[in-house]
Amino acid sequence: MPAFIARRLGLMVLTAFVLTFVVFFLTNLPPNLEKLARSEGSVRMSDEAVASWIVQNGHGGSVFSRYGQWLGVVPGWTATDDKGVARGRCFAAGSDPAAAPRFCGVLQGDWGHSTFFKKPVLPALAGMLGATGWLMLWVMIVMVPSALVIGVVSGMREGSRTDRVLSTFSIASTATPEYVSGVILVALLASPVTGLSPLLAEWGWIEGKTLFLGAASPDNISFWSFTLPVMTIALYGIGYIARMTRASMTEVMTAQYIRTARLKGVSFAQVVLRHALRNALIAPFTVIMLQFPWLLNGVVIVETLFNYKGFGWTLVQAAGNNDINLLLGCSVVAVFVVLVTQLVSDIGYVFLNPRIRLS
Amino acid sequence: MDTLSYTAILGRILAQFLPVWIALAATFALSFAFRRRLGLYGKLFDSPVGMIGFGIVMFWVFTALFADQIVTFDPYAQFSGMKNKPLGTVLKGAAEGQYSHFLLGGDHLARDVFSRMVMGARSVLSIAPPATLFAFMVGITLGVPAGYFGGRLDTTLSFIANLVLAFPVILLFYLLVTPEIRLTGIPVAMAAVLFLFPILFLTVLLNARFFTDPAKRNLYVGVVLLLGFWAYSGLAFNSDPLGVWRMDPNLLNVFVSVVFVNAPTVFRIVRGIVMDLKARDYVAAGQTRGEGPWYIMLWEILPNARGPLIVDFCLRIGYTTILLGTLGFFGLGVAPDSPDWGSTIDDGRKTLALFPHAAVAPAIALMSLVLGLNLLADGLREESLRD
Repeated sequence: MPAFIARRLGLMVLTAFVLTFVVFFLTNLPPNLEKLARSEGSVRMSDEAVASWIVQNGHGGSVFSRYGQWLGVVPGWTATDDKGVARGRCFAAGSDPAAAPRFCGVLQGDWGHSTFFKKPVLPALAGMLGATGWLMLWVMIVMVPSALVIGVVSGMREGSRTDRVLSTFSIASTATPEYVSGVILVALLASPVTGLSPLLAEWGWIEGKTLFLGAASPDNISFWSFTLPVMTIALYGIGYIARMTRASMTEVMTAQYIRTARLKGVSFAQVVLRHALRNALIAPFTVIMLQFPWLLNGVVIVETLFNYKGFGWTLVQAAGNNDINLLLGCSVVAVFVVLVTQLVSDIGYVFLNPRIRLS
Repeated sequence: MDTLSYTAILGRILAQFLPVWIALAATFALSFAFRRRLGLYGKLFDSPVGMIGFGIVMFWVFTALFADQIVTFDPYAQFSGMKNKPLGTVLKGAAEGQYSHFLLGGDHLARDVFSRMVMGARSVLSIAPPATLFAFMVGITLGVPAGYFGGRLDTTLSFIANLVLAFPVILLFYLLVTPEIRLTGIPVAMAAVLFLFPILFLTVLLNARFFTDPAKRNLYVGVVLLLGFWAYSGLAFNSDPLGVWRMDPNLLNVFVSVVFVNAPTVFRIVRGIVMDLKARDYVAAGQTRGEGPWYIMLWEILPNARGPLIVDFCLRIGYTTILLGTLGFFGLGVAPDSPDWGSTIDDGRKTLALFPHAAVAPAIALMSLVLGLNLLADGLREESLRD
């Protein structure tokens, strides 16, 4: 087991390096740097001025050395600009270069300065991640149990009417991406002119103009503001997890030991709860863990749609405003989440399923 | 003239889709009559789920084909006084011969929502299936040898595939589909690599089969290479001497990114199937006969893997449609006035609370197409398992 985990960890670290390098390369392409120079310096800079700005701000040199600096394994750049002020990666312009550390990168906890938030990336990102954490938590609380229940109930008696209805629902939900379900849910439940809200308001059943709110904010987490974003993300995932659970459940229900238990005279409910469920839930565990990267997609869409200022919203702003350091930070977080969930799902699968031998 | 009632709107929309209904009826009548002679496609008509799915998919395919006849207005034109107007509003001062109403209302730039939705079907269906096909070509060309030979080739290719899969899709799109990246020529380079795969696949496929008969082989492979590189020069480098094949740089960027995102998943699926099938007796028989590895891979294993691949192809077109919608939703790589569903949803969401119709119409269209593809895949899976 330790050897298996060590090999997986090694592969994960290698993947992380390659991925962050690719992101670094793509965000630091010359046109991006020129755009950054024009937005940070002045829009009307000449091409020569742009080129010298790029060099003076440490964006010159080979991409490998800059990646090393960003990572914190190559000494940060230093330069003296035309006014004779020493500038560098690791210290503010004008302060003493000798007092500054030589290395300052992601590994030292310095993720750079965000031009969009006008503050260091790490604290900005931490706050945003907290906000998204709340959203994800509620999505998981809603999505996982309902998907498992739907999958188990429909897989319990394959081909029954309940199965047909629930399977159709699952297919429909996997066919509805977040930006579609979000739009439809808002139109139905959070619009003062269409859907249910005007009717309910007319009957006096709701106090405000709409049943639910069409916008959410991390400072005000309530049933009214969170229902729609959480439902929007959860809906797309429910169908997929439910289908996987159903497939695994139907397979288990045809197994010999289930038939033996039935013939022994155990009631159907007992068979499902005691014998089938444990084995049927191994496969969905992996699927649920691998849903995290998918949730990341959903989070970006939903946070944009509901204007919820979290991680996804930050990613969109970083990309839209050419904020290279912030985008790199977002990528590191995203890649980290994906790789960790992959690792956990691999290890968890081995733990849950004694039939898998590690060799 | 008055604003139309909801029943009248529905009636008029159904009437507007007349060419589609005729084509659908013809397709279903013919297919149903000859369903015993049509193989897997014919068997689809034994499964109600598959038939519903096929119906929805063909509805949108015919809509895309007959879009010019169905639209009531020019989808790009703006009409004064029609901004954000509700469903069934009368067009004031309609010229002679012009349609009288905005059936599904007007959007925030006073364009006809119905016509844009119909035209959107064309723009979505002209990208999603070809992009999926290219992804399959790449996935099959790499996945079959990886699964068959295994070893270091498999390890390397799987590592690369897992790298791409570890990227959150939206992040990848934000990195790959930007105006800046077009300046660097990276999309063209990616296209140059990815578009080679179909040519490579067809060449190897035909060569493996006909290399014993050089005359035939030279003819087939020659035709493939000639047509292939003609299309290749136009699509990847926009330098087709005859100007038949060309692709807008924006579109190329989107197309290449979508293929790039989809190919690793196809690779994994194909590799898994091939690893499963290579232990079969007919593979051993082929090896004993002294067949070459490529013949066994492409003419023995691949035809036997077609069931799951066709099912996945349908699902993946749906997934690609969702991806294209995502790109449109974030305004990546599409012209600002493009009628494709993703960007119309994005346009409509800004006024969603007050005028939902502009976003809901394309949203339902996109959902129904993907749902149709999923149902079709489900029907196909059921029927192909029955053999």
